[in-house]
Amino acid sequence: MEKFISGFNQSFIEGDRWLMYVKGIGVTLEVAAVALLLGIVLGVIVAIVRTLHDQQRPGQKHALLEVINKIAQLYTTVIRGTPLMVQLLIMYFVIFANTRNAVGVAMLTFGINSGAYVAEIIRGGIMSVDKGQMEAARSLGLSYVPAMRFVVIPQAIKNILPALGNELIALLKDTSLVTVIGVRDLTKAAQLIQGKTYQALFPFVGIAIVYLLMVMIIAALIGVLERRLAASDRR
Amino acid sequence: MIDVKDLRKSFGDNEVLCGITEHINKGEKVVVIGPSGSGKSTFLRCLNLLEMPTSGEILFKGVSMTDPATDINLMRRSMGMVFQHFNLFNNLSIIDNMTLAPVQLKLRTKKEAVDEAMELLGRVGLQDKADSYPSQLSGGQKQRIAIVRSLAMHPEVMLFDEPTSALDPEMVGEVLDVMRHLADTGMTMVVVTHEMGFAREVGSRIMFMDEGKITEQGTPAELFGNPKNPRTQDFLSKVL
Repeated sequence: MEKFISGFNQSFIEGDRWLMYVKGIGVTLEVAAVALLLGIVLGVIVAIVRTLHDQQRPGQKHALLEVINKIAQLYTTVIRGTPLMVQLLIMYFVIFANTRNAVGVAMLTFGINSGAYVAEIIRGGIMSVDKGQMEAARSLGLSYVPAMRFVVIPQAIKNILPALGNELIALLKDTSLVTVIGVRDLTKAAQLIQGKTYQALFPFVGIAIVYLLMVMIIAALIGVLERRLAASDRR
Repeated sequence: MIDVKDLRKSFGDNEVLCGITEHINKGEKVVVIGPSGSGKSTFLRCLNLLEMPTSGEILFKGVSMTDPATDINLMRRSMGMVFQHFNLFNNLSIIDNMTLAPVQLKLRTKKEAVDEAMELLGRVGLQDKADSYPSQLSGGQKQRIAIVRSLAMHPEVMLFDEPTSALDPEMVGEVLDVMRHLADTGMTMVVVTHEMGFAREVGSRIMFMDEGKITEQGTPAELFGNPKNPRTQDFLSKVL
Protein backbone atom coordinates (compact mmCIF):
# COMPACT_ATOMS: atom_id res chain seq x y z
CA MET A 1 0.00 0.00 0.00
CA GLU A 2 2.85 2.28 0.86
CA LYS A 3 4.47 1.50 -2.47
CA PHE A 4 1.22 2.36 -4.18
CA ILE A 5 0.98 5.77 -2.55
CA SER A 6 4.60 6.62 -3.23
CA GLY A 7 4.11 5.59 -6.85
CA PHE A 8 1.17 7.95 -7.11
CA ASN A 9 3.18 10.74 -5.47
CA GLN A 10 6.15 10.23 -7.76
CA SER A 11 3.94 10.13 -10.84
CA PHE A 12 1.79 13.17 -10.15
CA ILE A 13 2.79 15.22 -7.13
CA GLU A 14 6.58 15.36 -6.70
CA GLY A 15 8.26 18.16 -8.61
CA ASP A 16 4.82 19.42 -9.66
CA ARG A 17 4.73 16.70 -12.34
CA TRP A 18 0.97 17.10 -12.81
CA LEU A 19 1.83 20.33 -14.58
CA MET A 20 3.57 18.34 -17.32
CA TYR A 21 0.34 16.43 -17.97
CA VAL A 22 -1.66 19.64 -18.09
CA LYS A 23 0.77 21.16 -20.58
CA GLY A 24 0.62 17.90 -22.54
CA ILE A 25 -3.18 18.06 -22.69
CA GLY A 26 -2.85 21.60 -24.00
CA VAL A 27 -0.50 20.50 -26.81
CA THR A 28 -2.68 17.49 -27.67
CA LEU A 29 -5.82 19.61 -27.92
CA GLU A 30 -3.99 22.29 -29.88
CA VAL A 31 -2.68 19.84 -32.46
CA ALA A 32 -6.06 18.13 -32.77
CA ALA A 33 -8.00 21.40 -33.10
CA VAL A 34 -5.75 22.98 -35.73
CA ALA A 35 -5.53 19.69 -37.62
CA LEU A 36 -9.31 19.36 -37.60
CA LEU A 37 -9.79 22.87 -38.97
CA LEU A 38 -7.19 22.31 -41.65
CA GLY A 39 -8.72 18.89 -42.38
CA ILE A 40 -12.19 20.35 -42.83
CA VAL A 41 -10.94 23.10 -45.15
CA LEU A 42 -8.97 20.62 -47.24
CA GLY A 43 -11.76 18.05 -47.09
CA VAL A 44 -14.41 20.51 -48.28
CA ILE A 45 -12.23 21.62 -51.20
CA VAL A 46 -11.44 18.06 -52.26
CA ALA A 47 -15.06 16.99 -51.83
CA ILE A 48 -16.26 19.90 -53.99
CA VAL A 49 -13.76 19.04 -56.73
CA ARG A 50 -14.67 15.35 -56.71
CA THR A 51 -18.42 15.98 -56.57
CA LEU A 52 -18.31 18.59 -59.34
CA HIS A 53 -16.30 16.19 -61.43
CA ASP A 54 -18.69 13.29 -60.88
CA GLN A 55 -21.76 15.40 -61.60
CA GLN A 56 -20.57 16.71 -64.94
CA ARG A 57 -22.82 15.94 -67.85
CA PRO A 58 -21.45 12.95 -69.69
CA GLY A 59 -19.57 14.06 -72.77
CA GLN A 60 -18.86 17.56 -71.46
CA LYS A 61 -15.56 17.12 -69.69
CA HIS A 62 -13.81 20.18 -68.36
CA ALA A 63 -10.05 19.79 -68.91
CA LEU A 64 -8.91 21.72 -65.82
CA LEU A 65 -11.41 19.92 -63.61
CA GLU A 66 -10.09 16.60 -64.91
CA VAL A 67 -6.57 17.51 -63.80
CA ILE A 68 -7.61 18.81 -60.37
CA ASN A 69 -9.78 15.76 -59.86
CA LYS A 70 -6.85 13.47 -60.64
CA ILE A 71 -4.72 15.33 -58.08
CA ALA A 72 -7.51 15.05 -55.51
CA GLN A 73 -7.81 11.33 -56.17
CA LEU A 74 -4.06 10.85 -55.86
CA TYR A 75 -4.11 12.77 -52.57
CA THR A 76 -6.80 10.58 -51.01
CA THR A 77 -5.16 7.41 -52.31
CA VAL A 78 -1.70 8.23 -50.94
CA ILE A 79 -2.91 9.53 -47.59
CA ARG A 80 -5.30 6.68 -46.96
CA GLY A 81 -2.83 4.12 -48.24
CA THR A 82 0.16 4.93 -46.00
CA PRO A 83 0.49 4.77 -42.20
CA LEU A 84 0.01 8.04 -40.38
CA MET A 85 3.22 7.48 -38.40
CA VAL A 86 5.21 7.10 -41.61
CA GLN A 87 3.65 10.30 -42.97
CA LEU A 88 4.69 12.07 -39.79
CA LEU A 89 8.28 10.82 -40.06
CA ILE A 90 8.54 11.79 -43.72
CA MET A 91 7.12 15.25 -43.06
CA TYR A 92 9.45 15.98 -40.15
CA PHE A 93 12.68 14.30 -41.21
CA VAL A 94 12.44 14.64 -45.00
CA ILE A 95 10.18 17.42 -46.21
CA PHE A 96 10.65 19.80 -43.30
CA ALA A 97 14.10 18.53 -42.27
CA ASN A 98 15.28 22.08 -41.65
CA THR A 99 12.69 23.13 -39.14
CA ARG A 100 12.63 22.34 -35.43
CA ASN A 101 9.00 23.40 -35.14
CA ALA A 102 7.71 19.90 -34.46
CA VAL A 103 4.30 21.10 -33.27
CA GLY A 104 3.73 22.98 -36.53
CA VAL A 105 4.74 19.97 -38.60
CA ALA A 106 2.46 17.77 -36.51
CA MET A 107 -0.51 20.10 -37.07
CA LEU A 108 0.15 20.20 -40.80
CA THR A 109 0.58 16.43 -41.10
CA PHE A 110 -2.53 15.61 -39.12
CA GLY A 111 -4.49 18.26 -41.04
CA ILE A 112 -3.46 16.86 -44.41
CA ASN A 113 -4.19 13.35 -43.21
CA SER A 114 -7.57 14.24 -41.80
CA GLY A 115 -8.51 16.15 -44.97
CA ALA A 116 -8.45 12.97 -47.02
CA TYR A 117 -10.89 11.25 -44.68
CA VAL A 118 -13.10 14.31 -44.26
CA ALA A 119 -13.31 14.65 -48.06
CA GLU A 120 -14.66 11.13 -48.38
CA ILE A 121 -17.10 11.70 -45.52
CA ILE A 122 -18.47 14.85 -47.16
CA ARG A 123 -18.60 13.27 -50.59
CA GLY A 124 -20.47 10.30 -49.17
CA GLY A 125 -22.89 12.63 -47.39
CA ILE A 126 -23.65 14.53 -50.58
CA MET A 127 -24.07 11.36 -52.59
CA SER A 128 -26.47 9.94 -50.03
CA VAL A 129 -29.00 12.71 -50.75
CA ASP A 130 -31.64 11.42 -53.15
CA LYS A 131 -30.88 12.38 -56.77
CA GLY A 132 -34.47 13.54 -57.14
CA GLN A 133 -33.81 16.48 -54.81
CA MET A 134 -31.27 17.95 -57.20
CA GLU A 135 -33.45 17.16 -60.21
CA ALA A 136 -36.46 18.89 -58.69
CA ALA A 137 -34.41 21.98 -57.87
CA ARG A 138 -32.95 22.09 -61.37
CA SER A 139 -36.36 21.54 -62.97
CA LEU A 140 -37.55 24.73 -61.27
CA GLY A 141 -34.79 26.66 -63.02
CA LEU A 142 -32.33 26.88 -60.13
CA SER A 143 -28.75 26.49 -61.25
CA TYR A 144 -26.28 24.03 -59.74
CA VAL A 145 -24.83 26.17 -56.94
CA PRO A 146 -28.09 27.39 -55.35
CA ALA A 147 -29.56 23.89 -55.72
CA MET A 148 -26.59 22.51 -53.78
CA ARG A 149 -26.64 25.30 -51.23
CA PHE A 150 -30.34 25.38 -50.36
CA VAL A 151 -31.41 21.81 -50.98
CA VAL A 152 -28.64 19.22 -51.17
CA ILE A 153 -26.02 20.41 -48.68
CA PRO A 154 -28.43 21.08 -45.78
CA GLN A 155 -29.62 17.48 -46.14
CA ALA A 156 -26.09 16.15 -46.56
CA ILE A 157 -24.92 17.79 -43.32
CA LYS A 158 -27.21 15.59 -41.28
CA ASN A 159 -25.54 12.52 -42.79
CA ILE A 160 -22.05 14.00 -42.47
CA LEU A 161 -22.10 15.07 -38.84
CA PRO A 162 -21.94 11.70 -37.05
CA ALA A 163 -19.08 10.50 -39.26
CA LEU A 164 -17.27 13.79 -38.80
CA GLY A 165 -17.56 13.33 -35.04
CA ASN A 166 -15.94 9.92 -35.32
CA GLU A 167 -13.16 11.45 -37.39
CA LEU A 168 -12.52 14.05 -34.68
CA ILE A 169 -12.35 11.36 -32.01
CA ALA A 170 -9.95 9.26 -34.08
CA LEU A 171 -7.85 12.34 -34.77
CA LEU A 172 -7.59 13.25 -31.10
CA LYS A 173 -6.38 9.78 -30.16
CA ASP A 174 -4.00 9.54 -33.12
CA THR A 175 -2.21 12.69 -31.99
CA SER A 176 -0.36 10.52 -29.47
CA LEU A 177 1.82 9.52 -32.44
CA VAL A 178 3.47 12.97 -32.39
CA THR A 179 5.79 11.64 -29.69
CA VAL A 180 7.90 10.10 -32.48
CA ILE A 181 8.96 13.56 -33.64
CA GLY A 182 9.46 14.77 -30.09
CA VAL A 183 6.37 16.87 -29.56
CA ARG A 184 5.61 17.13 -25.84
CA ASP A 185 1.99 16.11 -25.91
CA LEU A 186 0.10 14.21 -23.23
CA THR A 187 1.63 10.86 -24.16
CA LYS A 188 5.14 12.29 -24.22
CA ALA A 189 4.60 13.73 -20.75
CA ALA A 190 3.77 10.27 -19.44
CA GLN A 191 6.79 8.77 -21.17
CA LEU A 192 9.14 11.39 -19.70
CA ILE A 193 7.79 10.86 -16.23
CA GLN A 194 8.05 7.11 -16.58
CA GLY A 195 11.69 7.51 -17.65
CA LYS A 196 12.48 9.60 -14.65
CA THR A 197 10.55 7.72 -11.93
CA TYR A 198 10.38 4.17 -13.34
CA GLN A 199 6.68 4.30 -12.56
CA ALA A 200 4.63 2.98 -15.50
CA LEU A 201 1.22 2.21 -14.01
CA PHE A 202 0.18 5.68 -12.91
CA PRO A 203 1.45 7.76 -15.85
CA PHE A 204 0.10 5.48 -18.59
CA VAL A 205 -3.20 4.47 -17.01
CA GLY A 206 -3.58 8.08 -15.96
CA ILE A 207 -3.29 9.46 -19.49
CA ALA A 208 -5.54 6.67 -20.80
CA ILE A 209 -8.24 7.98 -18.45
CA VAL A 210 -7.59 11.55 -19.60
CA TYR A 211 -7.92 10.55 -23.28
CA LEU A 212 -11.09 8.65 -22.46
CA LEU A 213 -12.60 11.67 -20.69
CA MET A 214 -11.75 13.98 -23.58
CA VAL A 215 -13.35 11.59 -26.08
CA MET A 216 -16.46 11.24 -23.92
CA ILE A 217 -16.84 15.00 -23.72
CA ILE A 218 -16.49 15.36 -27.50
CA ALA A 219 -18.98 12.54 -28.09
CA ALA A 220 -21.47 14.22 -25.78
CA LEU A 221 -21.08 17.57 -27.57
CA ILE A 222 -21.64 15.91 -30.95
CA GLY A 223 -24.72 14.19 -29.54
CA VAL A 224 -26.18 17.55 -28.52
CA LEU A 225 -25.51 19.00 -31.97
CA GLU A 226 -27.11 16.02 -33.70
CA ARG A 227 -30.23 16.22 -31.58
CA ARG A 228 -30.53 19.92 -32.35
CA LEU A 229 -30.36 19.22 -36.09
CA ALA A 230 -32.88 16.42 -35.77
CA ALA A 231 -35.28 18.78 -34.00
CA SER A 232 -35.36 21.18 -36.95
CA ASP A 233 -36.04 18.14 -39.07
CA ARG A 234 -39.28 17.23 -37.24
CA ARG A 235 -39.39 13.68 -38.42
CA MET B 1 -44.56 24.90 -78.63
CA ILE B 2 -42.24 21.91 -78.33
CA ASP B 3 -40.52 20.51 -81.40
CA VAL B 4 -38.65 17.25 -81.13
CA LYS B 5 -36.45 16.26 -84.06
CA ASP B 6 -35.03 12.76 -84.38
CA LEU B 7 -34.43 12.49 -80.63
CA ARG B 8 -32.18 9.62 -79.66
CA LYS B 9 -30.94 8.57 -76.24
CA SER B 10 -28.70 5.67 -75.35
CA PHE B 11 -27.52 4.45 -71.97
CA GLY B 12 -24.32 2.65 -72.87
CA ASP B 13 -25.18 0.21 -75.63
CA ASN B 14 -28.85 0.31 -74.83
CA GLU B 15 -30.76 2.64 -77.13
CA VAL B 16 -33.80 3.80 -75.16
CA LEU B 17 -35.14 6.37 -77.60
CA CYS B 18 -34.76 5.44 -81.25
CA GLY B 19 -35.46 8.57 -83.20
CA ILE B 20 -38.53 10.49 -82.09
CA THR B 21 -39.86 13.36 -84.16
CA GLU B 22 -42.87 15.07 -82.70
CA HIS B 23 -44.59 18.40 -82.33
CA ILE B 24 -46.58 19.51 -79.32
CA ASN B 25 -48.84 22.54 -79.69
CA LYS B 26 -49.81 25.10 -77.11
CA GLY B 27 -52.77 23.97 -75.03
CA GLU B 28 -52.45 20.32 -75.97
CA LYS B 29 -52.78 17.64 -73.35
CA VAL B 30 -50.53 14.89 -74.60
CA VAL B 31 -50.71 11.64 -72.70
CA VAL B 32 -47.92 9.14 -73.27
CA ILE B 33 -48.74 5.51 -72.55
CA GLY B 34 -46.95 2.26 -73.19
CA PRO B 35 -45.33 -0.72 -71.51
CA SER B 36 -42.63 -0.15 -68.93
CA GLY B 37 -39.18 0.17 -70.42
CA SER B 38 -40.59 1.66 -73.60
CA GLY B 39 -38.82 4.99 -73.01
CA LYS B 40 -41.79 7.12 -71.92
CA SER B 41 -40.08 8.64 -68.90
CA THR B 42 -36.79 9.10 -70.71
CA PHE B 43 -38.63 10.93 -73.49
CA LEU B 44 -40.27 13.24 -70.97
CA ARG B 45 -37.02 13.85 -69.08
CA CYS B 46 -35.27 14.74 -72.32
CA LEU B 47 -37.79 17.53 -72.92
CA ASN B 48 -36.36 19.64 -70.08
CA LEU B 49 -32.90 18.13 -70.43
CA LEU B 50 -32.85 16.23 -67.14
CA GLU B 51 -31.60 13.55 -69.51
CA MET B 52 -29.11 14.74 -72.08
CA PRO B 53 -30.14 13.42 -75.50
CA THR B 54 -27.48 11.45 -77.35
CA SER B 55 -28.49 13.11 -80.59
CA GLY B 56 -31.36 15.04 -82.12
CA GLU B 57 -32.80 18.40 -81.28
CA ILE B 58 -35.47 19.77 -78.96
CA LEU B 59 -36.91 23.21 -79.60
CA PHE B 60 -39.00 24.96 -76.97
CA LYS B 61 -40.79 28.03 -78.33
CA GLY B 62 -38.29 28.00 -81.19
CA VAL B 63 -35.20 27.95 -78.95
CA SER B 64 -32.96 24.93 -79.10
CA MET B 65 -32.74 23.27 -75.69
CA THR B 66 -29.88 21.08 -76.81
CA ASP B 67 -27.67 23.95 -78.00
CA PRO B 68 -24.86 24.35 -75.41
CA ALA B 69 -25.18 28.15 -75.76
CA THR B 70 -28.78 28.10 -74.51
CA ASP B 71 -29.29 29.09 -70.87
CA ILE B 72 -30.96 25.88 -69.80
CA ASN B 73 -31.90 27.27 -66.38
CA LEU B 74 -33.85 30.07 -68.00
CA MET B 75 -35.68 27.62 -70.25
CA ARG B 76 -36.56 25.31 -67.37
CA ARG B 77 -38.35 28.11 -65.54
CA SER B 78 -41.11 27.83 -68.13
CA MET B 79 -41.28 24.03 -67.98
CA GLY B 80 -42.75 22.68 -64.78
CA MET B 81 -42.06 19.08 -63.89
CA VAL B 82 -43.82 16.71 -61.52
CA PHE B 83 -42.01 13.55 -60.51
CA GLN B 84 -43.18 10.08 -59.61
CA HIS B 85 -41.55 10.38 -56.20
CA PHE B 86 -42.69 13.98 -55.57
CA ASN B 87 -39.19 15.22 -54.73
CA LEU B 88 -40.30 17.88 -52.30
CA PHE B 89 -37.27 19.40 -50.60
CA ASN B 90 -37.13 17.45 -47.33
CA ASN B 91 -35.18 20.12 -45.46
CA LEU B 92 -37.68 22.91 -46.17
CA SER B 93 -41.20 23.59 -44.98
CA ILE B 94 -43.98 23.51 -47.58
CA ILE B 95 -44.07 27.29 -47.90
CA ASP B 96 -40.28 27.38 -48.34
CA ASN B 97 -40.49 24.60 -50.90
CA MET B 98 -42.83 26.77 -52.91
CA THR B 99 -41.06 30.09 -52.57
CA LEU B 100 -37.41 28.96 -52.88
CA ALA B 101 -37.10 29.16 -56.65
CA PRO B 102 -39.22 32.29 -57.30
CA VAL B 103 -37.38 34.21 -54.57
CA GLN B 104 -33.86 32.94 -55.33
CA LEU B 105 -34.32 33.69 -59.02
CA LYS B 106 -35.53 37.18 -58.05
CA LEU B 107 -38.80 36.75 -59.90
CA ARG B 108 -40.79 37.87 -56.87
CA THR B 109 -40.19 39.38 -53.46
CA LYS B 110 -40.48 37.07 -50.48
CA LYS B 111 -43.87 38.54 -49.62
CA GLU B 112 -45.26 38.24 -53.14
CA ALA B 113 -44.02 34.67 -53.34
CA VAL B 114 -45.57 33.76 -49.98
CA ASP B 115 -48.90 35.34 -50.91
CA GLU B 116 -48.97 33.49 -54.18
CA ALA B 117 -47.92 30.21 -52.58
CA MET B 118 -50.74 30.52 -50.04
CA GLU B 119 -53.20 31.20 -52.85
CA LEU B 120 -51.96 28.13 -54.74
CA LEU B 121 -52.10 25.99 -51.59
CA GLY B 122 -55.68 27.16 -51.12
CA ARG B 123 -56.50 25.93 -54.59
CA VAL B 124 -55.44 22.39 -53.64
CA GLY B 125 -56.96 22.65 -50.15
CA LEU B 126 -53.68 22.50 -48.26
CA GLN B 127 -53.27 26.00 -46.83
CA ASP B 128 -53.08 24.57 -43.32
CA LYS B 129 -49.94 22.61 -44.31
CA ALA B 130 -47.87 25.69 -45.17
CA ASP B 131 -45.58 25.28 -42.16
CA SER B 132 -45.44 21.49 -42.23
CA TYR B 133 -42.49 19.52 -43.53
CA PRO B 134 -42.76 17.00 -46.38
CA SER B 135 -42.23 14.03 -44.03
CA GLN B 136 -45.45 14.96 -42.22
CA LEU B 137 -47.63 14.68 -45.32
CA SER B 138 -49.29 11.81 -47.16
CA GLY B 139 -48.23 10.91 -50.69
CA GLY B 140 -51.28 12.54 -52.21
CA GLN B 141 -50.68 15.75 -50.30
CA LYS B 142 -47.01 15.77 -51.33
CA GLN B 143 -47.87 15.36 -54.98
CA ARG B 144 -50.51 18.09 -54.91
CA ILE B 145 -47.92 20.38 -53.38
CA ALA B 146 -45.32 19.34 -55.93
CA ILE B 147 -47.76 20.38 -58.65
CA VAL B 148 -48.43 23.82 -57.18
CA ARG B 149 -44.73 24.28 -56.44
CA SER B 150 -44.14 24.01 -60.17
CA LEU B 151 -47.07 26.32 -60.89
CA ALA B 152 -45.51 29.00 -58.67
CA MET B 153 -42.93 29.45 -61.44
CA HIS B 154 -45.73 30.29 -63.93
CA PRO B 155 -44.69 27.61 -66.40
CA GLU B 156 -46.00 27.46 -69.94
CA VAL B 157 -45.90 23.69 -70.08
CA MET B 158 -46.17 21.07 -67.37
CA LEU B 159 -44.47 17.70 -67.62
CA PHE B 160 -45.82 14.86 -65.48
CA ASP B 161 -43.67 11.76 -64.99
CA GLU B 162 -46.01 9.04 -63.71
CA PRO B 163 -47.42 11.38 -61.05
CA THR B 164 -49.69 8.78 -59.45
CA SER B 165 -47.57 5.63 -59.71
CA ALA B 166 -46.07 5.93 -56.23
CA LEU B 167 -49.38 6.70 -54.52
CA ASP B 168 -51.66 4.52 -52.47
CA PRO B 169 -54.79 3.82 -54.53
CA GLU B 170 -57.07 6.00 -52.42
CA MET B 171 -54.87 9.04 -53.06
CA VAL B 172 -54.74 8.79 -56.83
CA GLY B 173 -58.06 10.56 -57.24
CA GLU B 174 -57.09 13.74 -55.40
CA VAL B 175 -53.97 14.18 -57.55
CA LEU B 176 -55.82 13.50 -60.79
CA ASP B 177 -58.44 16.05 -59.75
CA VAL B 178 -55.77 18.72 -59.45
CA MET B 179 -54.40 17.77 -62.86
CA ARG B 180 -57.88 17.84 -64.35
CA HIS B 181 -58.46 21.37 -63.08
CA LEU B 182 -55.08 22.38 -64.41
CA ALA B 183 -56.02 21.00 -67.81
CA ASP B 184 -59.22 23.06 -67.72
CA THR B 185 -57.19 26.24 -67.32
CA GLY B 186 -55.66 25.61 -70.74
CA MET B 187 -52.22 24.57 -69.55
CA THR B 188 -50.11 22.68 -72.05
CA MET B 189 -49.45 19.27 -70.51
CA VAL B 190 -47.37 16.24 -71.31
CA VAL B 191 -48.30 13.35 -69.05
CA VAL B 192 -46.68 9.95 -68.76
CA THR B 193 -49.15 7.77 -66.91
CA HIS B 194 -50.73 4.38 -66.48
CA GLU B 195 -54.10 5.93 -65.60
CA MET B 196 -56.06 5.06 -68.72
CA GLY B 197 -59.26 6.64 -67.43
CA PHE B 198 -57.48 9.94 -66.99
CA ALA B 199 -55.84 9.63 -70.42
CA ARG B 200 -59.17 9.04 -72.09
CA GLU B 201 -60.95 11.83 -70.27
CA VAL B 202 -58.35 14.60 -70.23
CA GLY B 203 -55.94 13.80 -73.06
CA SER B 204 -56.34 15.65 -76.32
CA ARG B 205 -53.83 13.31 -77.93
CA ILE B 206 -52.63 9.89 -76.82
CA MET B 207 -49.20 8.62 -77.82
CA PHE B 208 -48.38 4.96 -77.56
CA MET B 209 -44.69 4.25 -77.12
CA ASP B 210 -43.01 0.92 -77.60
CA GLU B 211 -39.30 0.09 -77.73
CA GLY B 212 -38.17 3.69 -77.97
CA LYS B 213 -40.55 4.77 -80.69
CA ILE B 214 -43.97 6.34 -80.86
CA THR B 215 -45.70 3.58 -82.71
CA GLU B 216 -49.23 4.95 -82.73
CA GLN B 217 -51.04 8.12 -81.73
CA GLY B 218 -54.39 9.79 -82.05
CA THR B 219 -57.34 11.19 -80.15
CA PRO B 220 -58.49 9.11 -77.17
CA ALA B 221 -61.46 7.91 -79.19
CA GLU B 222 -59.21 6.71 -82.00
CA LEU B 223 -56.55 5.13 -79.89
CA PHE B 224 -58.71 3.51 -77.24
CA GLY B 225 -61.69 2.80 -79.50
CA ASN B 226 -59.94 1.54 -82.56
CA PRO B 227 -56.22 0.86 -82.11
CA LYS B 228 -54.51 -0.10 -85.39
CA ASN B 229 -51.13 -1.38 -84.23
CA PRO B 230 -51.15 -4.96 -82.87
CA ARG B 231 -48.79 -3.90 -80.03
CA THR B 232 -51.21 -1.17 -79.02
CA GLN B 233 -54.10 -3.61 -79.15
CA ASP B 234 -52.17 -6.08 -77.06
CA PHE B 235 -51.16 -3.44 -74.48
CA LEU B 236 -54.66 -1.99 -74.19
CA SER B 237 -56.24 -5.40 -73.83
CA LYS B 238 -53.99 -5.96 -70.83
CA VAL B 239 -54.49 -2.65 -69.04
CA LEU B 240 -58.14 -1.87 -69.77
